[in-house]
Amino acid sequence: MNLHEYQAKQILRSGNIITPRGIAAASAEAAAEAARELGGEAWVVKAQIHAGGRGKAGGVKVVKSLDDVRAMATSLLGRQLVTNQNAPDGQPVNQVLVEETLPIARELYLSLLVDRETERVAIVASASGGMDIEEVAHATPEKVLTETCDPLLGVQDFQCRALAFALELTGEAYKDFCRLLPQLYRVFISNDLSLLEINPLVVTADNRVLPLDCKMSIDDNALYRRRALAELRDDSQIDAKEAAANAANVNYVALTGNIGCMVNGAGLAMATMDLIQLEGGTPANFLDVGGGATPETVAQGFKIILLDPNVRAVLINIFGGIVRCDVIAEGIIQAVKEVGVKVPVIVRLEGTNAELGRKLLAESGLAILAAESLTHAAKLAVEKAQ
Amino acid sequence: MSILVNQDTRVICQGFTGKQGSFHSEQAIAYGTQMVGGVTPGKGGQTHLDLPVFNTVRDAVRQTGAQATMIYVPAAFAADSILEAADAGIEVIVCITEGIPVLDMLNVKAALRANGAKLIGPNCPGIITSGECKIGIMPGVIHQKGRIGIVSRSGTLTYEAVHQTTRLGLGQSTCVGIGGDPIKGLDFIDCLEMFEADPQTEAVILVGEIGGSREEAAAEYIRSHMKKPVAAYIAGRTAPKGKRMGHAGAIIAGGAGTADAKIRALEAAGVVVAQSPAGLGEAVQQALAKR
Repeated sequence: MNLHEYQAKQILRSGNIITPRGIAAASAEAAAEAARELGGEAWVVKAQIHAGGRGKAGGVKVVKSLDDVRAMATSLLGRQLVTNQNAPDGQPVNQVLVEETLPIARELYLSLLVDRETERVAIVASASGGMDIEEVAHATPEKVLTETCDPLLGVQDFQCRALAFALELTGEAYKDFCRLLPQLYRVFISNDLSLLEINPLVVTADNRVLPLDCKMSIDDNALYRRRALAELRDDSQIDAKEAAANAANVNYVALTGNIGCMVNGAGLAMATMDLIQLEGGTPANFLDVGGGATPETVAQGFKIILLDPNVRAVLINIFGGIVRCDVIAEGIIQAVKEVGVKVPVIVRLEGTNAELGRKLLAESGLAILAAESLTHAAKLAVEKAQ
Repeated sequence: MSILVNQDTRVICQGFTGKQGSFHSEQAIAYGTQMVGGVTPGKGGQTHLDLPVFNTVRDAVRQTGAQATMIYVPAAFAADSILEAADAGIEVIVCITEGIPVLDMLNVKAALRANGAKLIGPNCPGIITSGECKIGIMPGVIHQKGRIGIVSRSGTLTYEAVHQTTRLGLGQSTCVGIGGDPIKGLDFIDCLEMFEADPQTEAVILVGEIGGSREEAAAEYIRSHMKKPVAAYIAGRTAPKGKRMGHAGAIIAGGAGTADAKIRALEAAGVVVAQSPAGLGEAVQQALAKR
């Protein structure tokens, strides 16, 4: 689950980390009021969406009068902001963050994340801040510094020093950085984050180190023990169909094709998408109803798939496993009747009682095609979607 | 022969008296697995499915000589259950539970490195030695004792591989579902190493998916260490970058972990890579014929 920048910075502050002073606002008037309260002669107004690339997309701007704060907030609020990192129709801006401006000397990159290769929390730093770190890593890998932390020890002082020296920090900035890193590590652990990215981490003209931006993602699996954070969920930032799937506890990812897919198991679901493309079609979604598919999850799956108006055919691929195929077949028949499915439904059932399941589907009198095999199912779906 | 578990392996279940634990213990017993008891804290001394229930894994090990465990406890308690099993001296720990916080798994892995117990999973279908010992949620009926070792990151795709090898009369030695989480126990290479050493296994099927670089590492291992033929399938060729495909580990980040890169690495190592999951059986037949 992702957080907004203003929420992430609040979490940093609760970890005793100094951030630029800022106030989130949901209206132009509130934004101007925020600027008045912050004082000073210039402010930065930042669109709050769950995506990077806001600056290039016009979502972040420095302004020098309260009128301009108001104007910038007006132009951003309620609008879909499209960046190079989100969906083609962008994400809605429901808040702006109004912050004090700082005299910036240098921009660094810093992030903490779970590294699957070392099975540790990794700290990644670079002197090339403000840029896309993936591009930096690709073009100049030597500029990306990494330290990994033993989970039983956490980040050690020598690691902080090593990074601070490599980033060529001196004086107060060096001290700030060595203080900041253990604080960030504690924030990471105590909030069950999967990503904490500060890009840029700035060195100010008076040689202090501050997080200018902050992106946080929380491990979804840990939300049960981070209830306060779970409250910060913002479903307006994700696809409506994906939000509905979240609520139903189904794994769904919206794609751009026209063949709706419902599969049990994530690997088989990906494989089914691949098969559709191999046969010349395009999947409308990834949908995993879980390894042990039940009639209830099948009905849920149909409802979510049919929220997508592009769907011309639905392909159901279930490997029965522990659940018998005749039970699944009955679930499909019931769901097709209940939900009122208008598009062709192609079903491939395998596993225990597969024959019986296919027979039930064939005799249902509904527009359900029982496929003989995986490949046959994909072919049929592609044909019917045309 | 087989790997990790066989007809003599003494197995307990943690979360024994719960709905999942009960159901899958019954299935395991019906398959012929040597279930010797189970653990549910607070229910020690009771009898469940005609087997003794213990309060702690230590008690269970002391009184039954259990060597393997299958864990069906909720995600919030699963990391603790793995550590308890390792502490009690269990050799093979199979964690079916899905949704364990990743930071918990970092701690578990650090502890296991010192302990030496073998963890399978979490978020996996488990392990089965066909015709001998089933520890997990896979349907036993599709398995047939035979020549192929299977290692897979995906549950239902493993069933596809099993189903096809059974239909072709090849059968399976042992099938290990290593699970879809980014931080997990046994990996491809661990299983490949054991299959290479196992006399019953004549060829191996590896089922991978997008995300991470363990398939690439496996390819390098196959190239440099394996004599037995290997066939593979990689799911997620058409998955978009940056979108998590169900499994926590299945995400293409920064262009790394793509299916194409994994397929190229495997093919370069002499692995027969199936283009479709429907072609896994034929791919392993081809791999066997090439030998």
